[in-house]
Amino acid sequence: MQRYSIFSLLKGALSGHQDWEPAWRAPEPKSSYDIVIVGGGGHGLATAYYLARNHGISNIAVLERGWIGGGNTGRNTTIVRSNYLLPENQRFYEHSLKLWEGLSRDLNYNVMFSPRGVINVFHTDAQRDYWVRRHNGMRYAGIDAELLTRADLTRLVPALNLSPDLRHPIVGGVMQPRGGVARHDAVAWGYARAADALGVDIIQDCEVTGIDMQGGRVTGLQTSRGPIGAGRIGLAVAGHSSQLAQMAGIRLPIETHLLTATVSEPVKPFIDTVVSIAATHAYISQTDKGEVLIGGSLDGYNSWSQRGSPARLEDILSAASEYFPRISRLRQLRHWAGVMDMSMDGSPIIAKLPVDGLAMTGGWCYGGFKATPASGWCLAWTLANDAPHELNAPFSLERFRTGAMLNENGAGPVAAAH
Amino acid sequence: MLLIPCPFCGARDETEFVYGGDAGVERPRNPETTTDEAWTDYLCFRDNPQGMHRELWFHRDGCQRWITIERDTRTHELGAVRLSRS
Ligand SMILES: Cc1cc2nc3c(=O)[nH]c(=O)nc-3n(C[C@H](O)[C@H](O)[C@H](O)COP(=O)(O)OP(=O)(O)OC[C@H]3O[C@@H](n4cnc5c(N)ncnc54)[C@H](O)[C@@H]3O)c2cc1C
Ligand SMILES: [Zn+2]
Repeated sequence: MQRYSIFSLLKGALSGHQDWEPAWRAPEPKSSYDIVIVGGGGHGLATAYYLARNHGISNIAVLERGWIGGGNTGRNTTIVRSNYLLPENQRFYEHSLKLWEGLSRDLNYNVMFSPRGVINVFHTDAQRDYWVRRHNGMRYAGIDAELLTRADLTRLVPALNLSPDLRHPIVGGVMQPRGGVARHDAVAWGYARAADALGVDIIQDCEVTGIDMQGGRVTGLQTSRGPIGAGRIGLAVAGHSSQLAQMAGIRLPIETHLLTATVSEPVKPFIDTVVSIAATHAYISQTDKGEVLIGGSLDGYNSWSQRGSPARLEDILSAASEYFPRISRLRQLRHWAGVMDMSMDGSPIIAKLPVDGLAMTGGWCYGGFKATPASGWCLAWTLANDAPHELNAPFSLERFRTGAMLNENGAGPVAAAH
Repeated sequence: MLLIPCPFCGARDETEFVYGGDAGVERPRNPETTTDEAWTDYLCFRDNPQGMHRELWFHRDGCQRWITIERDTRTHELGAVRLSRS
């Protein structure tokens, strides 16, 4: 691997940047691999990287139907945080956040992780109780968390509308200072480059259409580029988890829903944190290019269309412009949606499946981007050891049968409620 | 935006409706004699098909009836629409 540094950049400049090596190879698939990962999003690529780096297994392929990072990895609003209430989630997401903090150096690739603080504002006493409890729980677990007064909010987010005359005035907020955003594509590319350097074959334009099994054990896959043998298989296909699991005869507690986001034309910097508004569920940040990036809640029904409903877009934009009036006349450049793997308790599944040699990471709901490093780290462990690590043991498939659900919101088993 | 053809009210915006999920999921008739397995299947496990999906919608801002529609989850193309059994 050609290492990136200030010196390689200067050297590149001398030849007019014409001599850079491709960041990863484009190999033909081999007839078989020790481990095949399905899905070349951040999670699949991270899994391959940690398998090679932490477990010394490098006869691995990542099979991607389209191009790497073209799924939710390239469609999300890139918020990274570990502000959870349940201890299992706290431990897992805090592990992820720590991996984020060293990721650019680890991968020798700038993923532009920017810990600019993630703020949630609330509007009622009940919401205050909930958010304070959650952030106290974080402090108890050794995770950074702060309570913000209206005066703090005025200082930290001058553009925020704190008027008492709003329909839902803001009474306060909470913040995780170490939370922030990262560059989504760079995460896929950085993991791909680092995995490739350790010998992993990244095979794009290769759709998996079947999983071969013999005697209750996986033996390989059928793909659009022919059959490929596999000792073990890891699924990391987000919204398509149900389809891939079904190829092995497994049903999942997952529904696929759409989540929308939108960006405006670029403007001068006016917000340097991430702000999420409880009343209306809209959240806002500003990209390095100056675009105002806004996200919100699900469309609310099963869909793979990847085009969000205009009704939801209107909700999100009206909420965002209520609390940030200065954006109300900005033109929106793009609006898109991704296919979300909504699990029935709102928490992920990173686990062995009831077929030998098969494991998955999925059920990421709205929040799998921040989980990318830890999800790959845990799935790699699970595939290498044929058993979960203690970090991902709670995220089993059996929990839905035993009742040990991980339900952050306390909402029932309704996918769109999480 | 979905335009849902309600048998009573005609084609109405999705925002008038509440989504009720997969219409094929049936609550076990007799909870006392249902196995944990079957109960969990009912509560949590879904086919989640990519293609035609038979699903429930409640016309909250209209006739307040449950209807069952068939919809392609890739294209939003609609198939049969009928009143749900109550
Ligand atoms: C609008 C939006 C906003 C979001 N905001 C945030 C956020 O702020 N913070 C956060 O943490 N998370 C957020 N998320 C969630 C996050 O994007 C995802 O949970 C995460 O990126 C999932 O990563 P992945 O690698 O599992 O999936 P993906 O990147 O979707 O990768 C899965 C890959 O599998 C491939 N695939 C599917 N089927 C097959 C097949 N049969 N054969 C081969 N390949 C296949 C797909 O092409 C795809 O590239 C958001 C999501 C959306 C849509
Ligand atoms: Zn009606």
